[in-house]
Amino acid sequence: MSNELKRAAELLPSGPLPDIGGAAATAGLLDVAYATLDSPVGKLLLASTPIGLVRLAYVDYADEESVLADLAARVSPRVLAAPRKLDEPRRELEQYFAGAREHFDLPVDWTLTRGFGRRVLQATARIPFGAVSTYKQVASEAGSPRAHRAAGNALGSNPLPIVVPCHRVLHSGGGLGGYTGGLERKRLLLGVEGVTNLTRR
Amino acid sequence: MNLPPFQALLDAHGRDVHRFLLATVGANAADDCFQETWLAALRAYPRLRNADNLRSWIFTVAHRKAIDHVRGSRRRAIPVADPPERAVEATPDGQPEIWARVRELPPKQRTAVALRFVVDAAYGDIAEMMDISEEAARRNVHEGLKRLRMELDDE
Repeated sequence: MSNELKRAAELLPSGPLPDIGGAAATAGLLDVAYATLDSPVGKLLLASTPIGLVRLAYVDYADEESVLADLAARVSPRVLAAPRKLDEPRRELEQYFAGAREHFDLPVDWTLTRGFGRRVLQATARIPFGAVSTYKQVASEAGSPRAHRAAGNALGSNPLPIVVPCHRVLHSGGGLGGYTGGLERKRLLLGVEGVTNLTRR
Repeated sequence: MNLPPFQALLDAHGRDVHRFLLATVGANAADDCFQETWLAALRAYPRLRNADNLRSWIFTVAHRKAIDHVRGSRRRAIPVADPPERAVEATPDGQPEIWARVRELPPKQRTAVALRFVVDAAYGDIAEMMDISEEAARRNVHEGLKRLRMELDDE
C-alpha cells in the first residue's frame, strides 16, 4: 500500500499554482507587492505599498533575496510577488528608457527614509529631467548647506534610484561623484537624458 | 522578531501544500483551499510569535482548511430537494483513484497518510503539523493504511 501511495503521489498534477499575490491584494492583505523588470541598466526590482512606490533596486540574482528581507524587516513581512500591482511603474520606466517620458507620475512611499536624508531625496526628486545639481546644492535645499557629505550618504542609500534621480547629482567641479549602482549606470542614465559633457575624474 | 518575506514561504512550500490539497480535497477544490490557506496564513503572519518551523505552521493551516472543506461539502451534500452531486467523488479529474479512497478515511488518518506519502513528512513533523503526539501520528498513518488495504481486498 505504501508503494502504491508513493507512486500515486508522483502522478499528482503539477500545473501552475494559483496566484496568491493578486488574491492577497484583493483581500487587502498585501503590504508590499513587488515585481522585477529587465532594463538597459540591468534587472530592477520594484516594490510598492498601498501608499506608493517604496523601493527600486538594482538586483542580480544574488541580492534580490536581501532586498526582500530588508523590506520584510523595515516595512512589513507581508511581501508577495504581484506583478500586476507594479504595472504602472513598470510602464513608466519602460517609457523613460525608450526616451518617451521625462518625469514619473508615481505616488511615492517615503517609509524607508527619514530626517535629513528624506529632505535631501525630496530635493533631488525636484531636479528636472536632463538637468544636474550638486551635493552642496541638494544639502542646502534640505536645510544644511554644509552637510554635503551627509547628503552624499543619503543619496548613496537612495531607496528609489532612477525615480528619485540621484544620478543627476554631481560634484561641484562637474565630476561624476558616486553611484550605488556603479558609475557606469550613472553615466548611462545621464546619457538617456542627453547629459553627456561630463568631466571625468 | 524578523520574519522572512512571505513570498519566501510560498516559494519554499507552495508546491507541497498544493500537492497535499490535491490528495486530501481533490483537484476541483484544491485551488480554492490553496488560496484560503495562504490568505489565512498571510492574515496571521505578522503576529506570529515563533518562526522556527514555518513549514509545520503552514501545513497546520492547510490541513485545517482541508478538514473544513470536506466537512462543509459533506454537509452540503445531504440530500434535500434536488439529488446533489456527491462532493467526495471518485476521480473524474484524471487523478489516481486511490486519493478518492484516502479522502474517505477519517480526518486524522486522511491527513496523516497524505502528509506521509505526498509530502514525505517524517512522523515527528506530522505530529507537529497536526498538533498530536508522534505516537498518534504513527498510529494514524498505520490505521489509515490498514483501512485502505482492507477496502482494496474487499473488491
